[in-house]
Amino acid sequence: MSDARNGNLEFQRTYAAKGEPFVWLTAMGLAVGLIMVVALLGIIISNGLPVFWPSRVLEFQLKSDISNSVPQGGDKIVGELVQKRMKRIPVLNAQGIKKADQTELQVFVGNKDTYGLNFAFANQDDIASVTEPKDIYRIERLEYGIAFGYPKSVKLANGQSVPSTNATFSTVLAQLCAESTARRHEIENIEKHEIGQINKQLNELRISQKSDSQSAEKLSALDAQYKTLASKASELRATQSASSLQYITPTGVDRSLAIGELVSYTQPNRLSTWERIVLFARNFLNFLWENPREANTEGGIFPAIFGTFAMTLLMSVAVVPFGVIAAIYLREYAKQGFFLQCVRIAVNNLAGVPSIVFGVFGLGFFVYFVGGSIDQLFFGKYLPTPTFGTGGVFWAALTLALMTVPVVIVSTEEAMAAVPRGIREGSLSCGASKWQTIQRIVLPASLPGILTGLILAMARGAGEVAPLMLVGVVKLAPSLPLDGDFPFAHLERKFMHLGFHIYDLGFQSPDSEAAKPMVFATALLLILLVITLNLAAILTREKLRKKYAGSAF
Amino acid sequence: MPAVLSEPVRSHFPTTVNTSTAGRPDFISIQNFSFFYGAKQALFDISLDIPERQVTAFIGPSGCGKSTLLRNLNRMNELIDGISHSGDIIIHDHSIYDPLIEVISLRKRVGMVFQKSNPFPKSIYENVVYPLRVAGQNAKNVLDETVERSLKGAALWDEAKDRLHESALSLSGGQMQRLCIARAIANRPEILLMDEPCSALDPIATVKVEELIQELKSEFTIVIVTHNMQQATRCSDKTAFFYLGKLIEFDVTSKIFSNPAQKQTEDYITGRFG
Ligand SMILES: Nc1ncnc2c1ncn2[C@@H]1O[C@H](COP(=O)(O)OP(=O)(O)OP(=O)(O)O)[C@@H](O)[C@H]1O
Ligand SMILES: [Mg+2]
Repeated sequence: MSDARNGNLEFQRTYAAKGEPFVWLTAMGLAVGLIMVVALLGIIISNGLPVFWPSRVLEFQLKSDISNSVPQGGDKIVGELVQKRMKRIPVLNAQGIKKADQTELQVFVGNKDTYGLNFAFANQDDIASVTEPKDIYRIERLEYGIAFGYPKSVKLANGQSVPSTNATFSTVLAQLCAESTARRHEIENIEKHEIGQINKQLNELRISQKSDSQSAEKLSALDAQYKTLASKASELRATQSASSLQYITPTGVDRSLAIGELVSYTQPNRLSTWERIVLFARNFLNFLWENPREANTEGGIFPAIFGTFAMTLLMSVAVVPFGVIAAIYLREYAKQGFFLQCVRIAVNNLAGVPSIVFGVFGLGFFVYFVGGSIDQLFFGKYLPTPTFGTGGVFWAALTLALMTVPVVIVSTEEAMAAVPRGIREGSLSCGASKWQTIQRIVLPASLPGILTGLILAMARGAGEVAPLMLVGVVKLAPSLPLDGDFPFAHLERKFMHLGFHIYDLGFQSPDSEAAKPMVFATALLLILLVITLNLAAILTREKLRKKYAGSAF
Repeated sequence: MPAVLSEPVRSHFPTTVNTSTAGRPDFISIQNFSFFYGAKQALFDISLDIPERQVTAFIGPSGCGKSTLLRNLNRMNELIDGISHSGDIIIHDHSIYDPLIEVISLRKRVGMVFQKSNPFPKSIYENVVYPLRVAGQNAKNVLDETVERSLKGAALWDEAKDRLHESALSLSGGQMQRLCIARAIANRPEILLMDEPCSALDPIATVKVEELIQELKSEFTIVIVTHNMQQATRCSDKTAFFYLGKLIEFDVTSKIFSNPAQKQTEDYITGRFG
C-alpha cells in the first residue's frame, strides 16, 4: 500500500518537474495562434487567387417546368460557376414539398448591360444538363465589365463587315483590339499629361494675374495648343467608336460593342492548360500594374499599391529619427526617476490610443494648422485652393509616424540598454565624449533593435486605414505622389491606399457581390506588400546582427 | 612649470613635457582620498605617490577597492550614480578634479585596459584607431601608422596584420585583451591603467603581456591591478597592498615581497588569507 503511494508520488514529482502540462499549454497557445493565422491566409489566398484564373464557361440547361423564371430570360444560364452553397430557406416544389437537393448555384453571367445583374442563381435540382459551349467568347469591356457571347461580325470603319465565319475574322479582331489599346493609351496621355501640363500653365498665368501683352500672348499660344490637342483627342475618340464588334448574348440578344470599349477577349473553353497559366500570370500582372476602372471594381490597383508603399516608406523615414532621438534622450540624458517613469508610461500608452484619434489630431494639427500655415507662407497665390492645407501623403505619413513612434522608442530604448556597459566604458576611456560614444558605439550596436521597432511600426502603419481617411486617402487619386513633373515627389498629393481600397470595394461599391473577389485579391496584395517590406527590414537586421554579434567569449 | 598653467581658463589637461629620463617620483599623487558609493565607503583616506615611467602594482583581496581607486585615476567611476569623494588626485601638479578641466582631455592622457576585455563591435583596424578618430584624426597615413605601431606594441601585429578589416569579435579572448591594450596605447597616453589585464589569458599570452608592460614602461607610467603575486614581483617596480578599502603598505616591490613591514601584508602574500 505504502509502496504504491510512493510510486505514485514519484510519478507525480517527475511529471510536474518536467513541466509537461505547461509545455502542452504553451504548445496549445502557439497552435491556436498559428491555426488562426494560417486560416486567415488560406481564406484570403483561396478567394483572392482564383480571381485571376480563367475558368471555364458553362451552360446550364434548366428543366422545362421552371423555364423563364430566370431573370435573364430564356431557359439556360451561361457563365462561370462561382460557388455551390446550401439554401438557407428551404426551396419547395410545386406541391409545397421540400425538394431533395437543397444546393444552390451562383453563376457569374456578366452582360450587365443586358441583364442588369452580374449573377444568376439556380437550384441544383432545377438543372437538366450542363455543357461547355466551345465557341463562347469572354469579352472584357471598359464599361459594364465582362460580356459573354458569340461574335457575329466586325464592322469596319469603311462600312465593310467581316463575319465571324470568315477565316480572317480572328486576325482582324486581334488587330483592331491592339489598335484600340494603343489609341486608348494615346488619348490617356494627351488628356492626362499634355493637356494637364497646359492647364497647369494656364492656372499659373491666371494666378499671377498679370495683364501685360506678354502674358496675353502666352495665353493665346497655350489656348491654341490646347485646342489642337483637344481636337486630336476627340478625333481619336471618334476612331475608337468607328468600328464595332457585333455579338449575340447566350440568351439571344444582339449587341454591338465599339472597338474602343473592347479591352481584351478570350475563348475560355478553347484554352489549353498552359494558355490558362499564362493568362493567369498576365491577369495577375495587369492587376498589379493597371489603373482601376469603373469605380475601382475593374482594372488594376497599381495606384493603391504605390500609394501604400510610398506612404509606408515616408512613415518609416519619419518615424525612425523621431523615435531614436526620443529614445536617446530618455535613456542616456534624462535624469532617471519618477518623472521619467511617468513619461515612459505615457509614451507607451500612446500606442493604445485609438488610431482614429490620431487621424483627428493629424487633421487638426498637421493639415489645418501646419499645412495651412505653409500655404499662407509659400503658396499664398493659390489660395483659397489649398496646397498643403488639405490631406496628402506627407501628412498621412506623419500622422502614422506619430501613431507608431512609441513602438520605435520602446524597442530602441531596450536595444540601447542591452549594449554592454563594458564597451561604453571602453569608448569613454579612449577619450570619447558621451555623444561620440552614443553615435559611434551605442547606436550602431542597437541598430538591430531599432529595425525591430521599425518592422513593428511598418506592419502596423501599412495596415491602418481609419486615420488615413481623415488625412489624405482617396477613392481615386488623379495622379501618383511621384511622377515626371517637377519636383517629381509631390508630397502634398492625395493618394490611394490598399487598406482603404478594400474598405471602398467591399462596402462602398454599388455591386459588392461582384467586388468580393477584388476585395480578397486586394487584401492578398496588402499582405504581400507588408511581408515584402518586413522581409527587407528583417534581412537588413540579420546582416547587422551578424556584424555586431559577439562571437568568441 | 609648463606655460599653459599661467592661463586663467583652460579646458584641456596639460600635456607633460618630458625633460628628464629619471621621471618624477610623485607623478600621480593621491592625497587623503576617500571614496563612497552612495553611503558605502569603498576607500579610506588613501595617500600614495605613483612614480613616473615605472610600473606600480595594486594588490589585495577581492573587494578591497583596487579597481575603485584605479577607476578614479581617469574619473571612470563618475558614470555611477550617487558617488562622492574627498581628498584629491594630482597628476603632474594638476588636480584631475579641477572644474576647469574637461574629463575627456584627462581620459585622453590616461588610457585604460579593463578587467574584462571590451573590444567594440567593429573591425580590428577601427578598434585600434578609435581614440584617434574621436580626437578628430582621420588622415589615413597617420591611422595606418598608428595601427601598426600599436598592434606591434601589444604583440598582436603578427596575428592580426592579415585580418585588420575583420570583426574584432572574431578574435580569441586573449587576442581581444591584447587588442584592448593596443587601443589603449594608440593615442599615446602618458598613463596606462590596467585592471587585471591577464585574468583571462593563458600563460603564454600572460608572458607576452608582461613583456609588453616592461617595454611600455619606457614610455608610459603604468598602474596595474593584479591577483597574481608572481606577476606583481615579475613586472612591477612598486607595490601597494590594500585591505578593506585602506592602503596597508606601499613600497618597492622587492621589499614588499621579501620583507613586508605589516603583518597583514605578509599574511596576504604568503597566502594565509584573501
Ligand atoms: N558600482 C558600485 N556600487 C556600489 N558598490 C560598489 C560598486 N562597485 C564596487 N563596489 C564596492 O566597492 C568595494 C570595492 O570594489 P572594487 O571593485 O574596487 O574591488 P576590487 O578590489 O577591484 O575587487 P576584485 O579584485 O574582486 O576586482 C566592494 O566592496 C564593492 O562591493
Ligand atoms: Mg576589480
